Amino acid sequence: MSGFRQISFDAIIVGGGGAGMRAALQLSQSGFRTAVLSKVFPTRSHTVSAQGGITCAIASADPEDDWRWHMYDTVKGSDYIGDQDAIEYMCMEGPQTVYELEHMGLPFSRTPNGRIYQRPFGGQSKNFGKGGQAARTCAAADRTGHALLHTLYQGNLKNDTVFLNEWYVIDLVVNQDGAVSGVTAINIEDGEVCFVAAAAIVLATGGAGRIYASTTNALINTGDGVAMCLRAGFPVQDMEMWQFHPTGIHGAGTLVTEGCRGEGGYLINKDGERFMERYAPNAKDLAGRDVVARAMVLEVLEGRGCGERGDHVMLKLDHLGVEVLNSKLPGILELSRAFAHVDPIREPIPVVPTCHYMMGGIPTNIHGQALARSAEGEDEAIPGLFAAGEAACVSVHGANRLGGNSLLDLVVFGRAAGKHIDELLQQGMRARQAAPEDVDRALDRLRRLDSSREGESTAALRGELQNIMQLHFGVFRTGEFMREGIAKLEDLKPRIENSHLADKSAAFNTARIEALELENLFAVAEATAIAAEGRDESRGAHARDDFRERDDDNWLCHSLYFPEQRKIGKREVNFRPNVVDTFEPRARTY
Amino acid sequence: MSQVLVSIYRYNPEQDSKPRMQSLAVDVPGDRDLMVLDVLELAKAKDPSITYRRSCREGVCGSDGMNINGVNGLACITPLTKAAGPARKLVLRPLPGLPVIRDLVVDLSQFYEQFEKIRPWLINDEPPPPAERLQSPDERAKLDGLYECILCACCTTSCPSFWWNPDKFVGPAGLLQSYRFLADSRDAATAERLAELDDPFSVFRCRGIMNCVSVCPKGLNPTRAIGKIRNMLVERGT
Repeated sequence: MSGFRQISFDAIIVGGGGAGMRAALQLSQSGFRTAVLSKVFPTRSHTVSAQGGITCAIASADPEDDWRWHMYDTVKGSDYIGDQDAIEYMCMEGPQTVYELEHMGLPFSRTPNGRIYQRPFGGQSKNFGKGGQAARTCAAADRTGHALLHTLYQGNLKNDTVFLNEWYVIDLVVNQDGAVSGVTAINIEDGEVCFVAAAAIVLATGGAGRIYASTTNALINTGDGVAMCLRAGFPVQDMEMWQFHPTGIHGAGTLVTEGCRGEGGYLINKDGERFMERYAPNAKDLAGRDVVARAMVLEVLEGRGCGERGDHVMLKLDHLGVEVLNSKLPGILELSRAFAHVDPIREPIPVVPTCHYMMGGIPTNIHGQALARSAEGEDEAIPGLFAAGEAACVSVHGANRLGGNSLLDLVVFGRAAGKHIDELLQQGMRARQAAPEDVDRALDRLRRLDSSREGESTAALRGELQNIMQLHFGVFRTGEFMREGIAKLEDLKPRIENSHLADKSAAFNTARIEALELENLFAVAEATAIAAEGRDESRGAHARDDFRERDDDNWLCHSLYFPEQRKIGKREVNFRPNVVDTFEPRARTY
Repeated sequence: MSQVLVSIYRYNPEQDSKPRMQSLAVDVPGDRDLMVLDVLELAKAKDPSITYRRSCREGVCGSDGMNINGVNGLACITPLTKAAGPARKLVLRPLPGLPVIRDLVVDLSQFYEQFEKIRPWLINDEPPPPAERLQSPDERAKLDGLYECILCACCTTSCPSFWWNPDKFVGPAGLLQSYRFLADSRDAATAERLAELDDPFSVFRCRGIMNCVSVCPKGLNPTRAIGKIRNMLVERGT
């Protein structure tokens, strides 16, 4: 494939969600030529679906609040494999980052004294777990992600960021030295293929919830950035750690915010019992998401599920009253009426744990630099490559993310990556040269699809993949059953590698994009499966029936999945925060 | 299983000299009410060349605005029973009034240009305080019904005034956002914003037809916002 156009920027950001646009904003404000490549118009990115809020200690609801308490909660929530230097940075920088968003115009809800409204969320405490429930999640009604994403888009328009909207990135261009020099991309509208070069390439491509059949994630969440790294031979971290959100609408998968329980809603089984009191006597419905999701599955398995098939539980909100529901949870009323056919003002919402968030991803340091492993087993930054947001694993969420920490993660580390790239560019960092064959390699899979003559179609293969993952790698896992799942994936692999693109047309060919996305989904699913089978303990969201206990002697560490060997290794967790004392691992109860 | 007859507007610039309607019978599960987007996904599984935008599939990203049985709406939150009626027939066309790129995908450049024209960002050159700018709950309540816009273009592409003057009339979505900043107690550019709108076309082409209000999938009221801007412009002139 020759004759493609080359376009150059100082920095390119792949993905127009919160992390990508926050990084882009930082660089555009400094005057660097910055482009966001997004496969959808930026405000269609999945950040828009975040509801409940952004957690950080701005001390509005509680003047005594302290970022160290937030840090304690996050470390505990992570089941102690979140990196404490990164969590410390996030919780400490959080308030400033949120104020910047407010100054940009984000329409936060307000308290009577005019400050930003904060609501209680799961896993939050005062005074290092000793002071009861905290209210630390800053909210714009239940549309915080929408408000945040639009505000960031507005900020980027104001600062003249270049938007290459509806451009789909195919692969990283990696040169002979192992440095990343740019990406290959298709302009979806007319099918033109380009090499987009830059000194810094930031992957902010979000999650990959679409590897599961039942997910709260948008249809676009196909793990593109993680899969690009895997194809380039770079390791990915903690891919076994997938969060199942307790309250996805039964049947539809649509998210119902944890803010519902923060505002006083609770879960009931078929007997009308508030069952979380049995599983988490203190935090009850506001225990960690992994804890609540497992309790719900146990209720169903033990015959106390609701509905004809007894396959879900109910989220009760009617006791909160019309006024609270209309002012604090208006979006939930809309979604429940549309997707569950119930009006929460009068009836409970049928909910099930639903795949929601990828805690794992591209390993990075707190500056957003993507990390690989040297021959000596040390971290080494991949020249030119950065990652932020859900695609990255910095790791602030460890084995279980707390609600409201994803929006914080993406703005704090999008900003941090932007600031660091800014410094490197000031110091004279330049784009790394790529040879024509390096670019050519990054077009292999496109060329394969465009010359396909026969094979299976995308939709059926994707459905099979999602069902395998749903069945074999769900809320509860066992070794034998996961090995069966891995064998099924092995059978599926050649079929996906030989899939057929019937429509070869250039203009707005979504069939081509979906075929490319399917390969990405598979790469992420395979990494997930192998990492999950490898971690023989239960920790956070990774719950094994055959290894029910946490095993700190062997697994108080990250997993690293190496795509070329298809094997996992271990990477140590950071227990060295800069200003506070280390939070030592303890038994995790709520 | 039951069948739905779907008629879809098809146009591929590389193959078709003019658009055509394609009819497809789609099998849908009988036990629950699908959304129009679910039906489209089933149709695309049969014929992968069918082209449309979609992302969140829950009515918050604004990708899948289209003309559904004659009315603009979001495919992902329009129930099949409501759209197709007892005849079980779905007719899907692109949003009207904009150039078609392919099938149900329109070129939204003019729509976005009008949005950008109103300078859709908070303007306040005062150095910000160390914490947030304060805003009372009442001041914040003025933004309700405005900030929720998802830029799906259902309103603007249903507006005859926009069809006539897409280059000069800002249109309901852009004006709703314009008022979102005019109404924000933190914004300091009211005078400049009004001056930029004070011509015969930008605002005053609105004829109060109110198609925008009837189609908005988020239940917002651009006509009311336009009325408020008109009042501000009139007051400014006196």
